[in-house]
Amino acid sequence: MAETTASPRDLGGIHDDYMALTRQKRLYSLVLLIIFIALMVAGFSVAGGRNAGSFWGGIDNFFDYPSELVIEASGKLSEFPDHFVTFFPALIETVNIAAAATLLGALAAIFLSLLSTRGMARFPMLIPVFRRIMDISRAIPEIVVALVLIFILGGGPVPAMIAIAIHTAGALGKLFSEVNENADLKPVDGLASVGATWGQKMFLGVVPQVAPNWLSYALLRFEINVRASAILGFVGAGGLGYELKNAISWGQGRYDEAAAIFLLLFLTIVVIDQTSSHYRDRLTHGSKSERR
Amino acid sequence: MTMLDTADLKGSADRVMARKRLVGFGLPALVLAYLTYVFFAFGVPELIQKASGTNAHALVADTYSHKVHVTRDNRSGDVRVAIEGENKGAYPNGEAPDWVSLGEETVIDLGDGHIITYLPENNGVTYDVPGYGLMTFEVSRSQGVFQNYPTEELPDWISASKNRVAITTEAGRLSVTRNRTEVFRYFVGWELFFFTLDSPYHGMSFGEVVGRAVNGEAGTIAHDFWNNAMWRHGDVAWAIFETILMAFLGTMGGAIVALPLAFLAARNFAPLVAVRMATRRLFDFIRGVDALIWTIILSRAFGLGPLTGALAILITDTGTFGKLFSEALENVDKKQIEGVQSTGAKPLQRYRFGVIPQITPVLISQILYFLESNTRSATVIGAITGGGIGLLLTQAIITQKDWEEVSYYILLIIVMVVFMDWLSGLLRRKLIKGDDGGH
Repeated sequence: MAETTASPRDLGGIHDDYMALTRQKRLYSLVLLIIFIALMVAGFSVAGGRNAGSFWGGIDNFFDYPSELVIEASGKLSEFPDHFVTFFPALIETVNIAAAATLLGALAAIFLSLLSTRGMARFPMLIPVFRRIMDISRAIPEIVVALVLIFILGGGPVPAMIAIAIHTAGALGKLFSEVNENADLKPVDGLASVGATWGQKMFLGVVPQVAPNWLSYALLRFEINVRASAILGFVGAGGLGYELKNAISWGQGRYDEAAAIFLLLFLTIVVIDQTSSHYRDRLTHGSKSERR
Repeated sequence: MTMLDTADLKGSADRVMARKRLVGFGLPALVLAYLTYVFFAFGVPELIQKASGTNAHALVADTYSHKVHVTRDNRSGDVRVAIEGENKGAYPNGEAPDWVSLGEETVIDLGDGHIITYLPENNGVTYDVPGYGLMTFEVSRSQGVFQNYPTEELPDWISASKNRVAITTEAGRLSVTRNRTEVFRYFVGWELFFFTLDSPYHGMSFGEVVGRAVNGEAGTIAHDFWNNAMWRHGDVAWAIFETILMAFLGTMGGAIVALPLAFLAARNFAPLVAVRMATRRLFDFIRGVDALIWTIILSRAFGLGPLTGALAILITDTGTFGKLFSEALENVDKKQIEGVQSTGAKPLQRYRFGVIPQITPVLISQILYFLESNTRSATVIGAITGGGIGLLLTQAIITQKDWEEVSYYILLIIVMVVFMDWLSGLLRRKLIKGDDGGH
């Protein structure tokens, strides 16, 4: 049997060992920290070296453009309502792109996630195939698909919608299948025992359990997609981003339009974020209280 | 139980069922109605008509094949052979691949019996299509293209007018105009991917190149490959690095800035309601302004380049990280902090040993997740701020010529994102013990 009491000399040894370990750990942490700081500094200096303007040269000008915008726009405040009316269709288009893409992507994600969840899959052999499909559609940045489709279909909202929908299908598919994995399979077994088809098992047995979480994730995606749709507009896919690009390229004298679009975009994003987070809160808390 | 009760129960059950049925049919109907509205609002019907089949075809064909141009200038009579018709892919004067024999008459063998001959007199051209016959053309610079076909009725693969002829067969394409006569032959694969024509290693087999490399030519071989004028491997590798650099600097910088601010926004650490509210509104503002607007403002201040992209990601992520970190801070366990405090720790030590160890897993997991997602954002932001692979991709698409390069870049971007996804997952599992990688 091993000794349970240590002599004072042993205790000293243990103490020394412990301190040595701690010192080693501290040294590792320090080395890691130094490497990290060196990486950051080197990275910023490399990036700064490749930039058209330097960091320290630009930091003073950081507020130049915003203040020019504000000064010029505040002189033309009376024209703002007109601008809002002018750009409202573009705003609707941007939101529509995001909404349609989220809807289509979520529909695709529902099928992909059900087909790639163990215990629910229609074709268990093909689970890896559907998982890879989700991985790849998640990996393709929206801009790639959008630019290629703009070349084929011409500019407009449809390329952006398709591009965002593809990415959404992959991203939501992954989240949905994680939700599915936590779903109770007993209702599915029950439905199977009375001879339900796969569609009936999924629609009646799985969907009611997971719908609140799906909806919550889809709303979060919608927030992300509104931003993506604005950015894609900037590279030629229509909507508010496109108008913004035009307004900016006109430069000084037309800053009021740029400012109006900035404001519209900002308000849209804030309103959508707030609304969606309110509903997401209700969805997740609602589902929690049901479970308890 | 009385009759009244069951009637009541049945009534309420009926109501529930009716509502469910309404939702069951109403929701899909609503979705369908919305999609129909979008279908017409986006002008999909016109779009389908406008969609350019030739563009799609060129895109798909270029992704797996390349073409070699054999061009005769009808003014000077010079014949030039160039891959993709580009200067950097041109054969040196007097040289040609073995299916083109240069001379007084230039004979181009497109394979399968398709023979095109450039005749010396009157800028004449003959094209022998098996199963159709011999076509002859003569070009007069003042009167257009004289054409001679074996049949009266022209098949639909020949498009002819007074000044130009375009013939597309399965073996290749011939185009005759007043200024030039041009033959395109298609080959499977990406052209000159490893070495351009001016490199001595062009056309060598893999084994041969390896043999040369072992014999001390590795440096020149690497140089020729790296500086390949057609594919610019060096520039592309640098662009990929730049994109990852933007994502790395943006993510880490954002996290470093956001962490101290998050303490000010957490209910259990910020004593003053005003400070907490102000910090939270700041985060909301930063997130609301959005990466696109930050990118524009920053590129005005710092000019175009990767630093601007990195800063745009940094600022946007500060807002998001601030929100996430402060939520994590609000969920920390008080007991551990009190435990540290009971040993007489000063406030800074309390944070270091009582708080940071608790939130580290959440922090690392979020940072790594954002690192992966920011690689994608950096591609898009790079297209706007002019840095990284996003810029190369947009440039290649705008020129509408080198679709094989576009598909190469797309492939690289996907590989890059998948790699970052894998790396962030790996680090997450390594750094956060107990996380099974299930979420």
